[in-house]
Amino acid sequence: MIEVDIQKRLHAGAARIALQLRFQINDGELLALFGPSGSGKTSLMRMIAGLLTPDMGSIVVDGDAWFDSGANVNRPPQQRDIGVVFQDYALFPNMTVRGNILFGLKPDQPSGSVEEVIDLMELTPMANVKPELLSGGQKQRVALARAMVRRPKLLLLDEPTSALDAALRVKIHQYIKSIHKRDATATLLITHDIVEVARLADRVVVIEEGRMKAQGKPREVLPFDDLRTLLHEM
Amino acid sequence: MVDPAPFLLTLKLALVSTVILFLISLPIAYALAYSSFRLKPVIEAVVSLPLILPPSVLGFYLLLAFSPERSFGGFLDRVFDLRLVFTFSGLVISSVIYSLPFMVQPFQSGFRMIPRGLIDASYTLGKTRLQTLIHVLLPNMRASLITGSILAFAHTIGEFGVVLMIGGSIPEETRVVSIALYDEVQAMHYGTANIYAAILLAFSFVVLVTVYTINQRFTNNLFRP
Repeated sequence: MIEVDIQKRLHAGAARIALQLRFQINDGELLALFGPSGSGKTSLMRMIAGLLTPDMGSIVVDGDAWFDSGANVNRPPQQRDIGVVFQDYALFPNMTVRGNILFGLKPDQPSGSVEEVIDLMELTPMANVKPELLSGGQKQRVALARAMVRRPKLLLLDEPTSALDAALRVKIHQYIKSIHKRDATATLLITHDIVEVARLADRVVVIEEGRMKAQGKPREVLPFDDLRTLLHEM
Repeated sequence: MVDPAPFLLTLKLALVSTVILFLISLPIAYALAYSSFRLKPVIEAVVSLPLILPPSVLGFYLLLAFSPERSFGGFLDRVFDLRLVFTFSGLVISSVIYSLPFMVQPFQSGFRMIPRGLIDASYTLGKTRLQTLIHVLLPNMRASLITGSILAFAHTIGEFGVVLMIGGSIPEETRVVSIALYDEVQAMHYGTANIYAAILLAFSFVVLVTVYTINQRFTNNLFRP
């Protein structure tokens, strides 16, 4: 179980928000963090990943502190067992698809896991290609593969489909579902897409201006009638 | 009569200086690109000084520093039996100082051009700073590495004022091409001088065309999202 309880003052351009959030991600759960852009979602993801330091609070994973301002604990990203899918994919241009995924492997993992993941994400035909030749959807699959091949304790997905068109989005959702089914890794999905929440999330935390507005199952928290219409349209 | 020895000496000097510069410039450029500390502008200014300083000024101070009559040069002489005035080693050290900005600045902008997201991604994949440097940063800034190395190499070849001040014109020790050219002009051997000058001109032109070609090829479509 991952317990997050953090505070941070953020300056996003002219806007200032005081992020103050407390929630938990249960084992094997896919939790969506839903809110409009500028509500502090990506900053929160960066704090959990260790790329940004909160002002105060704690991040505790199975009783083990990744961050604790009281006890002066702040583990670097390298020492947090995470897999991150960045909004802009952040694939290494100098490595092939296989190279990118191999780079994500932990030292003690067998290299066979790479082929398994390439197979699962249907990347075999392009395994030896450099990222610049891939489409957006393919890049996103590589980014997912690279993050999950490490079998991390926590998978962080930052707006994984925001740059894709509707048809590709559905496809990526299916991949995320199959990964989650296979590995049952605790996953935090950051999104402003209500359909994504409905399709993927076990539970959702709604944030607005850095504060939690609601949390619960998607159908309890989100306007479900609108959602049904939306899903119907897709 | 054109003597090949100054050319060989110049190439040797440029090669040795470039290798040493490469090893020194990488950590300096890395530190300047990724950290901010109060004295950073001072360090940047010191590194860049040779860009605007007349080479004779640099040469003059190096001459003072290296002189065995003075404290630093005397110390080197007594303790390491090392003479830096009018020797090849002295030329190498002054070339390294003289060409430092030509290597550090391209490296620094190469580091800065790499999207922050790539570094973050590498860290979240458990890679240390050194692993990230070797596997992510350096391969993605090849153009800067090549440009900086070529520029520093070429700049060393064109060195004159510093060499004149601290090297003199000792054949096969400090008599590089630019000095040989100067000597030929002094002796009014314009034909020979012309050959030295034409070779240096052609070399410099080829170097710059190479640098611009590399830049065009590498930077065009590397970091498209």
